[in-house]
Amino acid sequence: MKRRYGDQVFKAVAYVFGCSIIAMLGIMLWEMFRGSSFAIDKYGPSFLFSKAWDPVAEEFGAWPFIYGTIVSSLLALAIATPISVGIAIFLVEIAPKWFRDVIGFLIELLAAIPSIVYGLWGIFVLSPIIREYIAPLFINTLGTFIPFFRGPSFGVGIFTAGVILAIMIIPTIASISREVLMVVPESQREAALALGATKWEMIRKAVLTYSRSGILGAMIIGLGRAIGETMSVTMVIGNRPEIPDSIFDPAYTMASVIANEFNEASSNLYLSTLIEIGFLLFAVTLLVNIFAKFLVWTTSRGVQEAK
Amino acid sequence: MESVLKSSNNVGFEKSNIRLGRRQTKSKVMVGLTILSMILALTPLFSILGYVLVKGISALNFDFFTELPAPPGEVGGGMANGIVGTFILLGLASVIGIPVGLMSGIFLSEYGRNRFGKFVSFLTDIMLGVPSIVVGIVVYGLVVLMMGGFSAYAGGVALAFIMIPAVTRTTEEMLKLVPNHMREAGLALGIPQWRVIMKIILPTALRGIITGVMLAIARVAGETAPLLFTAFGNMYWNHSLNQPIASMPVLIFNYAISPYAEWQAQAWAGALTLILMVILLNVTARVITRKR
Repeated sequence: MKRRYGDQVFKAVAYVFGCSIIAMLGIMLWEMFRGSSFAIDKYGPSFLFSKAWDPVAEEFGAWPFIYGTIVSSLLALAIATPISVGIAIFLVEIAPKWFRDVIGFLIELLAAIPSIVYGLWGIFVLSPIIREYIAPLFINTLGTFIPFFRGPSFGVGIFTAGVILAIMIIPTIASISREVLMVVPESQREAALALGATKWEMIRKAVLTYSRSGILGAMIIGLGRAIGETMSVTMVIGNRPEIPDSIFDPAYTMASVIANEFNEASSNLYLSTLIEIGFLLFAVTLLVNIFAKFLVWTTSRGVQEAK
Repeated sequence: MESVLKSSNNVGFEKSNIRLGRRQTKSKVMVGLTILSMILALTPLFSILGYVLVKGISALNFDFFTELPAPPGEVGGGMANGIVGTFILLGLASVIGIPVGLMSGIFLSEYGRNRFGKFVSFLTDIMLGVPSIVVGIVVYGLVVLMMGGFSAYAGGVALAFIMIPAVTRTTEEMLKLVPNHMREAGLALGIPQWRVIMKIILPTALRGIITGVMLAIARVAGETAPLLFTAFGNMYWNHSLNQPIASMPVLIFNYAISPYAEWQAQAWAGALTLILMVILLNVTARVITRKR
């Protein structure tokens, strides 16, 4: 009987710790809701689309930050996706095995570098390069007919943030895409090659079509990362709470306004507003991650069924 | 007549030959593009590592590891308090995060093979994607406001919040790799289930779990955002866990955005130290798993 007792105690303890994960998420949601209730009561839904940001007059609106987050993340996704899928294709279909391990390790290293180091490199290396070379190139070509590429280049701004974010999410998208490509059955490739397809036609028609939704899932997980990334963005985006006219203008994101102003928030309303922005960020990343998880989950299940 | 047929056949053959040539050229170009994309991703990596190494080494000296930060504009000084602070914060986070993560992982692997366990596992995955700045705000509300100020405790709790899902996930995966017949063998000998788990299953998977824990520590070692308003930062030595504490990432951040050249140089030295630490943890973790 004594032995059974030990088992029951251990099982109960394990369950308690298992529940602690649920409790953590619950506490986080509750704490964010409690902290932001003052701002939510005061502004209601109009807070989301108000452009006002004047802490002195206590006028707050989240739109500049939401806009900055959306544009910088989508930009990052647009840059990172083709590169990541290219890496995944290279690693799975082209590279010899020993080379695959080396490159795989280097790409993982890219993921291990702390965000703050990306920020440091962004300020002192990337931002001058963008100011001197890359931004003028875009402004003088695309800028002549697309207004969004016009204007002066400061070096810091939405574009620089997008590039840094792209570098940071490449390992995520590349490694998930790689896994997705690896589960494509070999017979699929052989069939395409037997029909006379060239290597690229085989990759495009037999491999990429097959793993489309998995790659989409990888992109969405990458998007979730980009939305929540804080330090590197804070250091290169320029931190100006306005809607930028050009892609090279300084802007602000939801995460970076919290990082910059949380400790300065002098009034309860100011603090509560920042917490509400954090709450929004939290809710959005939760939804994005849940969606991505379902997507990857249904893909992998589909693959198992296909096998 | 014959010659006409022949020549028209030749034309057709050449046409398809040209088309095949184009298709193969396109294929080669696309394959080349995948190589280019790999180069595009590795360039920033080498650029970052190169700059951190060159700029970091030139600012790194003995004082960096032993001295407190110097006032702005003054030459010298170091990040000794930040280095010690980072280790204290990592220690606090590990003390909270590793046992909780380990036990949740055991729950998921040994008792969680049902609907509830799947749900918890799903939530763990979702928690892995929570932005660290959000964790900072939550811990600010939970710990900083409750205890009446920024503290090492608050910083440790914030880092633990980030560690727990990561440790849980790897523990679960490593334990699930342990073959079922080992569990059955233990139970068949009449050993109670909890002792089977602690004495047989856990040690078998220990190597993988240690790897996961090290990767989790490496991940939070560079976290800055959640420390900004929990541990806050401190230019002096920390004498109590109940007061604000310096950490390398926060010092690097403050130094990097400062206008002083001396501080910016120190930020590079800090980045070098931090990156070496993180890479060391990563490589050690890899070596441990590879020996298997």
